[in-house]
Amino acid sequence: MSLWSRHKIFETNSIILIIGVLFVIAIGGLVEIVPLFYLKSTIEKVDGVRPYTPLELAGRNIYVREGCYNCHSQMVRPLRDEVERYGHYSLAAESMYDRPFQWGSKRTGPDLARVGNKYSDDWHRDHLNDPRAVVPGSIMPSYPWLEAKELDARGVADDMKVQAILGAPYSPEMIARAETDVRIQSNADDPNVADLTKRYPNAQARNFDNNPRKVTEADALIAYLQMLGTQVDFKLYDNKANVR
Amino acid sequence: MTFGELGSTLAFAALAFLSVIIAAKAHTPEYAFHAYLFAAASAAATFTIINRYYDRPAALPPLTINGKPNYNMGPVKIATIASVVWGIAGFTIGLLIALQLAFPALNLDTAWLSFGRMRPLHTSAVIFAFGGNVLIASSFYVVQRTCRARMVGDIAPWFVVLGYNFFIVIAGTGYLLGITQGKEYAEPEWYADLWLTVVWVAYFLVFLGTVIRRKEPHIYVANWFYLAFILTIAVLHLGNNASIPVSIFSPKSYIVWAGVQDAMVQWWYGHNAVGFFLTAGFLAIMYYFIPKRAERPVYSYRLSIIHFWALIFMYIWAGPHHLHYTALPDWAQTLGMVFSVMLWMPSWGGMINGLMTLSGAWDKLRTDPVLRLMVVSVAFYGMATFEGPLMSVKAVNSLSHYTDWTIGHVHSGALGWVGYVSFGAIYCLVPWLWNKKELYSLKAVSWHFWISTLGIVLYITSMWVAGILQGLMWRAYTSLGFLEYSFIETVEAMHPFYIIRALGGALFVAGSLIMAWNVWKTIVSAEAVEEEPSVRLKSVLMAAE
Repeated sequence: MSLWSRHKIFETNSIILIIGVLFVIAIGGLVEIVPLFYLKSTIEKVDGVRPYTPLELAGRNIYVREGCYNCHSQMVRPLRDEVERYGHYSLAAESMYDRPFQWGSKRTGPDLARVGNKYSDDWHRDHLNDPRAVVPGSIMPSYPWLEAKELDARGVADDMKVQAILGAPYSPEMIARAETDVRIQSNADDPNVADLTKRYPNAQARNFDNNPRKVTEADALIAYLQMLGTQVDFKLYDNKANVR
Repeated sequence: MTFGELGSTLAFAALAFLSVIIAAKAHTPEYAFHAYLFAAASAAATFTIINRYYDRPAALPPLTINGKPNYNMGPVKIATIASVVWGIAGFTIGLLIALQLAFPALNLDTAWLSFGRMRPLHTSAVIFAFGGNVLIASSFYVVQRTCRARMVGDIAPWFVVLGYNFFIVIAGTGYLLGITQGKEYAEPEWYADLWLTVVWVAYFLVFLGTVIRRKEPHIYVANWFYLAFILTIAVLHLGNNASIPVSIFSPKSYIVWAGVQDAMVQWWYGHNAVGFFLTAGFLAIMYYFIPKRAERPVYSYRLSIIHFWALIFMYIWAGPHHLHYTALPDWAQTLGMVFSVMLWMPSWGGMINGLMTLSGAWDKLRTDPVLRLMVVSVAFYGMATFEGPLMSVKAVNSLSHYTDWTIGHVHSGALGWVGYVSFGAIYCLVPWLWNKKELYSLKAVSWHFWISTLGIVLYITSMWVAGILQGLMWRAYTSLGFLEYSFIETVEAMHPFYIIRALGGALFVAGSLIMAWNVWKTIVSAEAVEEEPSVRLKSVLMAAE
């Protein structure tokens, strides 16, 4: 009996064909995915990386909602021109609290992994309102509604609860204070700012959209953008610590 | 009432009730809107099933009439028409977003019209709405014909077709309203994913049940590919969309994977959505419709065995080539690259098997524009599956990644391969389903072919130039060692190519409008054939084994 005729078993028995297919497609995925939960380089802890503040998390959700990832990556590759253009190449740890990850696959606009603190808040606000007002050749859509729309922060505690279930180190206290923390972070003069930075080291607290009357979606989004890529101090980072 | 009728009536009534409660307590108005859509659709389904029960004859349709299978083609017809409608919608949205990149004023400063929301609408409309309906229509047709058995299920096939299209409506309106998971090609939120899971399980069961009911000893090669596609998409969908909803009253959920693990799972899913949805499923179409239209047996039975198993084995490994030079470990990137390069061979195995099926019938390319569409699609498949491995090589990828070269590559596969083989299948299916001798106008098919081919050529050449240009500009240095171009200069350099691309897209849309007109005229034309012409072709297909 030739080898070819042995294939008959798959062609005449649908259940065996299904088992064969499932077996064959399982291998590659298991080999590539499972080790990522155990390897040092993918689960390393790096000093400075902390979960998002409630305001930053709300801003990140706006980033996701508007589909920014369709045009902006958040992943600096270790290539000479990218490191010079954007900054230190991205570490796995820097997106360890990112659900979903937003590394992106297209740079219609520039990479944003290290955009934090590169531009002023005013620049971001004007740019979101009308990108061509500050970058004449830009093809980015305008997002004027972000500045007008008050941030709905009621759900942010629930968001953090789910993230905590999934492993983000949000304490019950942080979750309980989520809504207040949103207000604290959007006001540089709030007496509790020091308290906030104890919970979230290096969190930047100020009114991001220059409109102190209300906390807007622009506040949240700019707070998120201004912290992107700023958590790790690369003067202190030891890139040999996690060599495998 | 049958068990199925009673069960689905109760299930839909319960879903309608639940949806109303969710709508009332929804955290956001957008989510309430979706809950009302679910309630309305479930109520309509309940009503329709009960109404149908009163109207239908006491006995269910027989499995055979005069010894011939009594095929169930109603759901196939709906899915075929849906694919034409969604196709035009998806291509048109693609044209709009192409124009938005050339002329940003077209975003109209409106949330739901902005590029970031429209682009997922475009990708989902063409991949899942257009492609998905073509796959469902063709698979339900092919599985019945090649198994010589009526499709399993009474309500189930209708549930698959209508339920799937309802998923499309929920997903698409969700993007416009800002409801998204933010994972490429898997943007629908948890409740849409859950609904799709139920529909997909029904799809799998209907397909498998029909295969089991077959009158032929062997499972035809097209059905291996359909089965692999349905199964693997189920596995990928469940793995990539594993998430915890914030609340049943909130559209928001958080994915259980984070950061680098999420990236790997995402591209394990993303690349195999290409590999199984857009490749295996459409290879199944190739394996049925090309032999049938050319009236020639499949070129090589052994080649089909080898390339089937090799293709489904290797595709799964290729995902990491979307993550070259990222924080994903190097070994995983290298594995992805190596398997992507190897994948070239089984891909071309499929291409050869499709093209060589025409041996002895090449002259038909001159006279039959439908066959020409399908053969050119296989040629595009060959081209795209050569370009893909090339781009997965890390050195090439460091230039091509993040640029429009990727967009061009995707579209040579999507417009050329998936689009053309789908058009070919639709042009075959419509006369068969509505019992016409031939299409209303073969000349219009020829026009469709040439106009859209011109469109594809404009599209992919402009994106090649744009992508390579942009990649080179990003890495260009002056003689003093400074980066030569600011980012915005590289954006401005894209402008002419974005216009050429949009022109190509417009031609492709124009071609699809010709198709819609031709399909419509074929369906309403009076002339009908008395007997299906497939007995002879049937023997041709089976001669392949």
